[in-house]
Amino acid sequence: MIHFYHVSKVYQNGVKALKDVTMHISKGDFLFLVGPSGAGKTTLTKLLLREELPTKGQVIFCGKNVARLKSQEIPLLRRKIGVVFQDFRLLPKKTVYENVAFALEVAGGSRQIIKKRVPEALEMVGLADKQKMFPSQLSGGEQQRAGIARAIVNRPLLLITDEPTGNLDPKTSWELIYLLQEINRLGTTVIMATHAWDIVNALKKRVVALSGGQMVRDEKRGAYGYGG
Amino acid sequence: MAMGVNTLAYFFKETARSLFRNTWLSLAATGTITVSLLILGASLLLVINTNRIALDLEQKLEIRVFLVPNLASNQVKQLEKRIYLVPGVARVSFVSKEKAMEDLRRGLGERKDILAGIKKNPLPDAFQVKMARSEQIANAAAQISSLPGVEQVRYGQGTVEKLLLVTRWMRIAGIIIIGALILAALFLISSIIRLSVFARRQEISIMKVLGATNWFIRTPFLLEGVTLGFLGSFVAVVILYFSYWSFVQQVSMFVPFVPLVADQRLLFNLFGGLVGLGLLVGMVGSFFSVRKYLKV
Repeated sequence: MIHFYHVSKVYQNGVKALKDVTMHISKGDFLFLVGPSGAGKTTLTKLLLREELPTKGQVIFCGKNVARLKSQEIPLLRRKIGVVFQDFRLLPKKTVYENVAFALEVAGGSRQIIKKRVPEALEMVGLADKQKMFPSQLSGGEQQRAGIARAIVNRPLLLITDEPTGNLDPKTSWELIYLLQEINRLGTTVIMATHAWDIVNALKKRVVALSGGQMVRDEKRGAYGYGG
Repeated sequence: MAMGVNTLAYFFKETARSLFRNTWLSLAATGTITVSLLILGASLLLVINTNRIALDLEQKLEIRVFLVPNLASNQVKQLEKRIYLVPGVARVSFVSKEKAMEDLRRGLGERKDILAGIKKNPLPDAFQVKMARSEQIANAAAQISSLPGVEQVRYGQGTVEKLLLVTRWMRIAGIIIIGALILAALFLISSIIRLSVFARRQEISIMKVLGATNWFIRTPFLLEGVTLGFLGSFVAVVILYFSYWSFVQQVSMFVPFVPLVADQRLLFNLFGGLVGLGLLVGMVGSFFSVRKYLKV
């Protein structure tokens, strides 16, 4: 479903974020992206979302070269990809329900679709009883689950999570991982960029390690580490 | 993107929210647009009226052609024909010395006694020449003065040139002032929308990631700019309308010979144009401020 062919990215300020990365992700994969800060994890996700263009090489998503998309096709690409941020990025003046519904409103979803899917997504992440609360009234873990509900309400093919457990305590982190696994089991491909070695080691999923912009490891049932 | 009822409702909700979140800013924006458009409208009215007055004065301009005394009537006829042939001349009418005396007497009114001592009419026969185009008056006068049988030509030499120069400068100055004011209003609206966009930049970045089209993000801001432009211009037009009418009434009462523009259709077009300009300025201003933030 996703192919990176010899992808390099050099930012305008000269920073070489990715160097000749080639990898393939199949539909239904659960993939850990590990590596120190500045290794290129975030750049990789930005290339997928077409927030950045590769300097060299090609990024293919669902058979389409992401760099060649017309500007009006970019929103359609992004609707196929759900994103969960480390800092949640919920809109503070909207309730949990409204935040999740926002993803559908933005994509032009009808009222009926919103009425049907938002409660489903909230049920899935276990926030059905807190839908009328504002983000500031929720705990960190609950805010992150609201973020996940927003990311999956559009039924994306791919879910990208950038250090989703970065701001959470261990117990909450694990609850979150179970949730992501559940979403993965239902057919959504999941990419999780993380520093949480204990989670990576315990789950024995595919691990891609980046270091200094280079892919140093790609293991089917890997463990944390990017020493090479 | 097919625009559903839901999307439309979203746009109006967001626009209203943004306008009311920054109530004071919105009021300040509306007020400044009102003031700019008031000045703009007032200067437009000034330009329209000076043009009108200038046109009126230009139309009143005429050449007085005095004839040598005792010209035979066929010579007078001949001369009249030749004056007609001078470029720019619209109308030629003969004013006999008797008619000229009568006019003078009537013009003097109660002081006509000063003419009592004059036995013989000292005034010459003359032609009154109206011009089709007032710019040609100096040339035409020069040509006419060289015709046989003409003793002297008068058209208010110097005064006419000055008047034409003044009206031309007023037109140019009017255009410059109006251009500057439109730019000011444009700059103002775009600053306000930029603030509004800046206040919501995080929301915009989230929307982009969620797959919102640029038009979806842009529309509430465009509506906000258009609303500000409309409110500002509407208030300006209302103020302008009432103050101009009372001004016209005052003028027609105290200086009735000044021909002010009071044509309802023309004023309606002018005011409609001002409101349209307010809308356009609002839209263009916000379009450019949002554009910068959409490049993700």
